[in-house]
Amino acid sequence: MSTLSVKVWRGTESGHYQEFEVPRLESQTVLDVVTYIQRSLDPTLSYRFACRVGMCGSCAMTVNGKARWTCRTHVSKVAENDCIEIAPLHNLPVVKDLVTDMQPFFDKWAQAQGRFQGNKTRKDDFERVQPESRERTLVDAGIECIGCGVCYSSCDVVAWNPDYLGPAALNRAWTLVNDVRDTGNKTRLAAVAGDAGCHACHTHMSCTERCPKQLSPTAGIAGLKRAVLTAALKGEL
Amino acid sequence: MNVRAQALLWVAQRYSAMVLALCVIVHLITMIYAVRNGLSAAEILGRTRGNTAWAGFYALFVAAVAIHAPIGLRNIISETLGWRGRSLDIAVLVIGLLLVLWGLRAVWAVFG
Repeated sequence: MSTLSVKVWRGTESGHYQEFEVPRLESQTVLDVVTYIQRSLDPTLSYRFACRVGMCGSCAMTVNGKARWTCRTHVSKVAENDCIEIAPLHNLPVVKDLVTDMQPFFDKWAQAQGRFQGNKTRKDDFERVQPESRERTLVDAGIECIGCGVCYSSCDVVAWNPDYLGPAALNRAWTLVNDVRDTGNKTRLAAVAGDAGCHACHTHMSCTERCPKQLSPTAGIAGLKRAVLTAALKGEL
Repeated sequence: MNVRAQALLWVAQRYSAMVLALCVIVHLITMIYAVRNGLSAAEILGRTRGNTAWAGFYALFVAAVAIHAPIGLRNIISETLGWRGRSLDIAVLVIGLLLVLWGLRAVWAVFG
């Protein structure tokens, strides 16, 4: 049986790579490799996962230098000469080994007013939103985010400016800006504008390139720039 | 600086970039024309002195540079050095004013 040489980050912000030999299997994912190491070679290895089918967004790690969802990443796609290097996500504090503290990431969703704000009660009728309407089409383009943090980890601007809200939070805000039921856009546009918001984006598009759900936060951020400009010109910002 | 001002700085940088793109093309064509036709300094000054069209064009060029460069510099400095806030805003404003001063001085030198 052939083997895979795996270097895994051990420690916190400071640490080292530890090398393991893992049996190479057909259709093996990177998450399978990490799970094998923890269950068969070193039970002290810490990592995070839940659904294993690309829905929960908890298993993202840096694989050979690029952030990926490990449960849906086949070893055959990323291994170079039967070697892979696995590290925690960039741009987030490391708790231990492959586990990052996601709090700064989700705090920024809250800062970007990523919470739906409606004005209807359960006694009101349903809002009728046409699936083919312009607004709903724009929402559809960004709504499937699973909050994995791959875009945040891949973003240069997050690395340069720790206050930057990041692609996922801005993408979430953009879906709400286009939600015709939402009533919180005035404060939301102010929250996502400026040096720590959509205007800090350099359009490098790493988020769009690496998003495992093939979303385009870059397009959403460009939409926010237009929406903020309109609001600013109307004196509503 | 409030977020509205930050958003307007972004807009100012985009529009000044559009003006700059046009100005640079006109400037390069003018330079190539002057060099290829062997115009002397005196002949160039003969065409620019008292010419309000050229003075207006280069004044616009200077204005676009003075708006575009400090805003871009503000971003570069904050991202690479971590210098942010009011002190940085004042520093780049001073740079912008110096660019206006030096640029208009150069325009006056070939117009007046």
